[in-house]
Amino acid sequence: MQLTNRSKQVSNKEMTLAEKMYLPAVISGLAITISHFFRKKPTIQYPEVKRYLGPIYRGHHILKRDEQGRERCTACGLCAVACPAEAISMVAAERKKGEENLYREEKYAAVYEINMLRCIFCGLCEEACPKQAVYLRHDRMVPVFLERDEVIYGKDRLVEQMDDRYIRSNNSEVKTTPTEPSLTRAAT
Amino acid sequence: MDLTILTAKGIIILVIFAVTLGIAAYSTYAERKVAAFLQDRIGPNRAGPWGLLQPIADAGKMFFKEDFIPSQASKWLFILGPCLAMLTALMSSAVIPFSDTIRFAWNKVNYEVPIQAIEINIGVLYIFGVVSLGVYGIMVGGWASNNKFSLLGAIRAASQNISYEIALGLSLIAILMMTGSLSLRAIINEQATFFEWNVFTQPLGFVIFLTCAFAECNRTPFDLPECETELVGGYHTEYSSMKLGFYLFAEYINMFVSSAFISALYFGGFHYPFMSVVNGALENSLGAVTGHNIGTIISLVVFFGKIFFFIFFFMWVRWTLPRFRYDQLMNLGWKTFIPLAILNVVITGAGLLYNFKYSSWLIAIVMIVLAVMSTSRAPKREVIPQQS
Repeated sequence: MQLTNRSKQVSNKEMTLAEKMYLPAVISGLAITISHFFRKKPTIQYPEVKRYLGPIYRGHHILKRDEQGRERCTACGLCAVACPAEAISMVAAERKKGEENLYREEKYAAVYEINMLRCIFCGLCEEACPKQAVYLRHDRMVPVFLERDEVIYGKDRLVEQMDDRYIRSNNSEVKTTPTEPSLTRAAT
Repeated sequence: MDLTILTAKGIIILVIFAVTLGIAAYSTYAERKVAAFLQDRIGPNRAGPWGLLQPIADAGKMFFKEDFIPSQASKWLFILGPCLAMLTALMSSAVIPFSDTIRFAWNKVNYEVPIQAIEINIGVLYIFGVVSLGVYGIMVGGWASNNKFSLLGAIRAASQNISYEIALGLSLIAILMMTGSLSLRAIINEQATFFEWNVFTQPLGFVIFLTCAFAECNRTPFDLPECETELVGGYHTEYSSMKLGFYLFAEYINMFVSSAFISALYFGGFHYPFMSVVNGALENSLGAVTGHNIGTIISLVVFFGKIFFFIFFFMWVRWTLPRFRYDQLMNLGWKTFIPLAILNVVITGAGLLYNFKYSSWLIAIVMIVLAVMSTSRAPKREVIPQQS
């Protein structure tokens, strides 16, 4: 059965004298490697240059606010149920009078925690959320942590800041690093 | 020998020693950079600008690793192994003439000191002797480890070095016949004009010598003593810390010495085209002392350029060719190189009888013709269907 047209039949014929001398093959091999020596390197110098990972990359979690700056989350718990790694936990609370500008609905999450050691960034919470409150942002990663108490992310680190709103950009705003030829072609 | 010459010699010896170590250290960096560039990568670039401090970081890492000696190993021989490897590697650069002479005056006496640690009239023989000693470092270390992989690596190294030393020596005999001297300086001075460089008079000998030098240095495609795919680490499987560092270091020093040796024997050493014209102009304009010294320094730079090219060539080949199988290695050494080298000696001798220096080309031309004929007469590549 032929799967690709790249397969090559192997021949075990007797080598000619020129082939037995190795030298022509050695010289052509040296020519191939030296041509790679002067080639442009596709390396991206990671911490200094970051590669655009695409508009659907699943990175840092964010708890969205609506246009008036009210938290969208109603602490229904569907994300926690959907989470295969059981990374999400929350405590619900009832909205008091005078808090209408803080929370969108009558119920809200007083505590919302994600354990980043458990999270596998599958995005199922995002899919499960009926209020479009939780997203995995495409432009930021969860930073490296060194201490255990840094691992559990509370609302202080998850809720969207109004002066730094998260908008999922589409392809027209894509910025690629010039070192990635396939991306520059596809995106521009 | 009077004290001034002794001091000058001492300085030269120290400088050569330091330069050898420095080049060996930076060969490790160059190896990684060249490997990276040949593989479309960038290579070490974090330690210092362009990763230039990488050798220091590597040495620091080596020093701080645990220096482990296996309990069943023969302790003293285990320690002696890397020492021997390092010692012999460092000894061999003693007779290489790096350049012409330096002239200077001290206490109203004029001196002329060659840039070479010692000038002996058996320089080639000395290098051969020391290089053959080098295999003892590997042998002793591999045997003392009390490890089957180490022993296999050591045996491979020993048999490989012995096999290729014969062809190496035979390919050199043609040069010795043409020069009539074993002194490296005499061999270099024989190649004063460009078209009398031994690579032009002895093309076949050069190819044989180069290949055997690869085998002697245990470099790919002949790095069977330490082939990690078959023998874990070869003779240095059990070594760690700076003992391992010494083995690797010795390999790079050997590479440097081999490169120097190749460029001295076949590429005119410190000579370059129109050197006599340049030197004459320098001495006329700047005087017999300053002009001569500047000419010497230019020659030194040229010689090091050749050495660096060959070090690069060693690395270039390493990342081009796959490793030979052991039987292929032995067949190539015994059935191809030794007969060819003997034939080369005979033909060169016959040519010298009629004062014709380029007779070695005869074999090269015959071989090229045979190769072309065999290619043109070969049947079209027949495809044998695979059995499924």
